Amino acid sequence: MHIELEQRKAPSRAMQALAPVGAVLATMLTGALIFTALGYDGFGAVKQIFYEPLTSAYRWQDLGVKSAPLILIALGLAVGFRANVWNIGGEGQYVIGALAGTGIALATWGLQGWWILPLMCIAGIAGGAAYAAIAAWLKTRFNVNEILSSLMLTYVAVQVLFYLMRGPWKDPQGFNFPQTRMFTDSQILPAVIPGSVVHLGIPIAFLVALAMWFIMSKSLFGFQIRVVGAAPAAARYGGFSSRNTIWAAMLVGGGFAGFAGIVEAAGPFGQMTPQFPAGYGFTAIIVAFLGRLHPIGIVLAGLVLAVSYVGGELAQSNIGLPKSATGVFQAMMLFFLLAADVLVKYRVRISAKAGAA
Amino acid sequence: MARDTVNRIELVNVSKSFPGVLANDQVSLVVKPGEIHALLGENGAGKSTLVKMIYGIMQPDAGRITWEGQPVTIANPKAARRMGIGMVFQHFSLFEAMTVLENIALGLDAKRSQSQLEQQVRDVLLAYGLNLDPHRTVSTLSVGERQRIEIVRALLLRPKLLIMDEPTSVLTPQEVELLFATLKQLARTGCPILYISHKLQEVRELCEAATILRGGKVVAHCDPRSETPKSMAELMIGSSLLQISKVAKGKPGDVRFAVDNLSLSGTGDFGVSLEGVSFAVRAGEIFGIAGVAGNGQNELSLALNGETPVSNPSAIMLDGKPVGTFGTTARRAAGLCAVPEERNGHGAVADFSLTDNTVLTARDRQGFVSGGIINHTAASAFATAVINAFTVKATGSDALAGSLSGGNLQKFIMGREMLQKPGVLVVSQPTWGVDAGAATAIHQSLVDLAKGGTAIIVISQDLDELLSICDRLAVINEGRLSRDLKTGKANIDEIGLLMGGVHGEHGAHAH
Repeated sequence: MHIELEQRKAPSRAMQALAPVGAVLATMLTGALIFTALGYDGFGAVKQIFYEPLTSAYRWQDLGVKSAPLILIALGLAVGFRANVWNIGGEGQYVIGALAGTGIALATWGLQGWWILPLMCIAGIAGGAAYAAIAAWLKTRFNVNEILSSLMLTYVAVQVLFYLMRGPWKDPQGFNFPQTRMFTDSQILPAVIPGSVVHLGIPIAFLVALAMWFIMSKSLFGFQIRVVGAAPAAARYGGFSSRNTIWAAMLVGGGFAGFAGIVEAAGPFGQMTPQFPAGYGFTAIIVAFLGRLHPIGIVLAGLVLAVSYVGGELAQSNIGLPKSATGVFQAMMLFFLLAADVLVKYRVRISAKAGAA
Repeated sequence: MARDTVNRIELVNVSKSFPGVLANDQVSLVVKPGEIHALLGENGAGKSTLVKMIYGIMQPDAGRITWEGQPVTIANPKAARRMGIGMVFQHFSLFEAMTVLENIALGLDAKRSQSQLEQQVRDVLLAYGLNLDPHRTVSTLSVGERQRIEIVRALLLRPKLLIMDEPTSVLTPQEVELLFATLKQLARTGCPILYISHKLQEVRELCEAATILRGGKVVAHCDPRSETPKSMAELMIGSSLLQISKVAKGKPGDVRFAVDNLSLSGTGDFGVSLEGVSFAVRAGEIFGIAGVAGNGQNELSLALNGETPVSNPSAIMLDGKPVGTFGTTARRAAGLCAVPEERNGHGAVADFSLTDNTVLTARDRQGFVSGGIINHTAASAFATAVINAFTVKATGSDALAGSLSGGNLQKFIMGREMLQKPGVLVVSQPTWGVDAGAATAIHQSLVDLAKGGTAIIVISQDLDELLSICDRLAVINEGRLSRDLKTGKANIDEIGLLMGGVHGEHGAHAH
């Protein structure tokens, strides 16, 4: 038997749109089978992870809280991915952004005023962007692969966090726990719905997605990003510098991740702790691709991944699934999506005849 | 020999389809021993698909192939070579850093010892009077010499059929003569040659039979010796060919574009450096730059259009203004538009709509952008205007550039630049891989644009094209530009010698 992949003339739009849905369904089915084979209630686990989180209003709040950082980071990373700039260090930029904002919070501790929170956000954006700038500079100055530099810088960022928590920024009244003071009311994102956990960062994430949709589809900047990614030589001919584009893509990716960091620190956390890096920066890569690098798709994909986070926690407490199960499901989604994309571009031809030796 | 009366290869009603296209529709072809048989057709007529099936790269969906009277299935190129089918591709597969002999050894199926192989190579070179040093490194060879490696590689197998795909597109006129002598000698030994080309004058000189394809079907057989290039072109395109009308010029206008002592060091291991290139083009003039591929044309076209700005501002003067340091955007603003050689991925983005492809280069001159936001309606209107003015076959301005045929995309790109009414237009390979009908339309529009006062620079390897549309031309060789020649008086031999440059063939004088 002879199997070959044959390129389709033009990938169908419907198939492109449905590939992420197919990937999620395939993840559910495979996950159920794997965990059944491991001796768990596999189908129960899938129900816990993908369905239970949708069943109560309280959990919907949780979905919002989890999806906001994922969406924000993914929106920024998607700009880079569109331009073939592979910023894999969203996690590090997220941590540094949060630390920069926290720095403002600690410096203004005890003060009051409407300006403190915006200042923290600006510091968060600037911190994330500055951290991504290191990888951008290495890339444009020395042609260092940004995948490696941005990824390695993530581990540096986490060590910076650990150092600050255990040393200079440790809460003086914190019984020697490695964490900062709690932020004050002027430093915490207000709840949008009083009495809920839905903080201001959540509607902001959705609004940013809308703004990015407009920018990417209507503006010359969005055009530049798309051209550089689709055809670098055509971009040069059209007068778009690849160097500027690398800088722009890295700064936007870092800035968004940094903003997500301070939103998370000044939102659900309300302080900075060593437990802050939860892998959102990495999961956001899955969100970006599952959302087809399209801002609106990213919002939907962010919600799906948020479901898997919330559901993963439910499955831990309700049916004793290990914590890493969530990661397994998330990673499967990415792999199935990549596989589905191959099938969108190519058709499989199976012929009985073998080529003569 | 009795066998020589049997057809060497015969294809009967061979069909092959790809998703969305019927590339070959019941094609039949007969090649007799010892004949040089031309396979003619426009781009996309199905010539490549047909020879790929003969060489075993693809399998026909229907029909049969007989080889010396026996039905055969040619499973893969190795099987084809074992049967005695050799092929010389348009694009060579050679390792630049290795010697001629090493390259030949790598391409052979059966292993032979170094000395044995060298002897065989020398025998072939001697038998065909070919000039090639087996120990030279490929990167130091001219294109004609490189092609000879591929030919020797094929001849070592004692072929019973040789397929040549567009072999002369990269050769100087002298190199073409040498190649034809070799091919004729080979044919006299009884080996037929299937010769794919779109250069009809050459086909007339060389071939004694021709099969003409159009839209995947055989539309005619003819004897090229009793046809004219025009009559064959009309068979290829299925309609009559327009003549380019060139009006008599008044006296030339002012100098609009001047290049003065432009030098640029080449990038990469095999990049070509430009050395002291100088020329000037007046309003209304078409200036040609001829040359064999890889002699600095790419570097020159990038330096002229601004993709590689140079450090000396006055090395390039546009309407009296120094623009050497300007990038593409600033040069466009100053009035210089350009069409690069490669359509897909350079002149246009295949995955983008035609509208988006106008934004790529026309956004400033046509005012598509205000406040950083693209005016899609204006861009779409301009794309539609280009489609209409240049009769581009497309479903509309929303069609993806990649869905257009090569000729139509080229017409679109040329139209996009010309409708911006540039003061200076730099065009590389305007009709590369474009069918005869579209090529005539493109040539006519260049002549018309020049009439309006634009200074046009055409960089092309197609000498016939340059001779038919240019007022003056110069030859580029190893990054140096020759003095310019008036096309009216230019003598093909002289141009050919200039094209050969220091690579000039000693063998050329042997005739």
